[in-house]
Amino acid sequence: MLARVIEGLGIPTVTVTMMPDLAQKYRLSRVVGVEFPFGHSFGTPGNDELMLKVSRAAIQALSEAGEPGYRLDVADEWPVPLAVAYKTWHPPTPSPIVAQMLKRAQSQG
Amino acid sequence: MAVDSYKFLPRSMRAMYESAVAIDEPPAWAPLPKPVERCTIALMTSAGVFLKDSQEGFDEEREWREPAWGDPTYRAIPKDVRQEQIGCSHLHINHTDVLEDICVVLPFRAFKALEAEGRIGKLADEAYSFMGYQDRRLEDWRTVQGPELAARLKERAVDVLLLAPA
Repeated sequence: MLARVIEGLGIPTVTVTMMPDLAQKYRLSRVVGVEFPFGHSFGTPGNDELMLKVSRAAIQALSEAGEPGYRLDVADEWPVPLAVAYKTWHPPTPSPIVAQMLKRAQSQG
Repeated sequence: MAVDSYKFLPRSMRAMYESAVAIDEPPAWAPLPKPVERCTIALMTSAGVFLKDSQEGFDEEREWREPAWGDPTYRAIPKDVRQEQIGCSHLHINHTDVLEDICVVLPFRAFKALEAEGRIGKLADEAYSFMGYQDRRLEDWRTVQGPELAARLKERAVDVLLLAPA
């Protein structure tokens, strides 16, 4: 959503996101989708090849998009098994809002 | 391959995001002022990174007190930052990989390579970082940080902002 604010102030944007469906619902201008875990928009540490590939996709989006609603998905799968990647993107302690939601669920259950 | 937008979300949250309705506002659009090969591009992440030696981290204490609140401020990160200068304060993601290689969220090496290839005009001297857990209405960003950042970008002749929500 922040991209909307910045773009509304006259600065063109491109958004690289793990949630391109949501970005489209927010009607962003130029969206690049990656199927990566949170906290890793461009790849794994030291993986310059993957980082460059995602960055090139962002440049392609800037070159090609002629109207709002443009979306380009990067086809690469995350180079870490799903179960491991899912577990390791989470913080060691649940965030305050998640902790609050869990507490509520427990008190209701 | 179409990206599965919810692959890494907890199952309970997937339904919430999948059922979200598109906003009822015109699409955002600002055209590029020149071909991308001549544009100066700045990077921005919501991973909550900051410079340990000269900047405050993001306000985690208040978020613990008020779980629905997120720090709306941002930090400027120079493109030649050294990895050991990087700190991270973001309560919603694991920091391990960002603290190992800042380029997982701010791909400085890749954009320097694209600049050397002539694919972009220039990588801007500074990138920007904020903490992605923001008030959904973005009141602070609409009225304070957004206009401030836009003015800062214009002052530095930045043509395009690449945002990477963490």
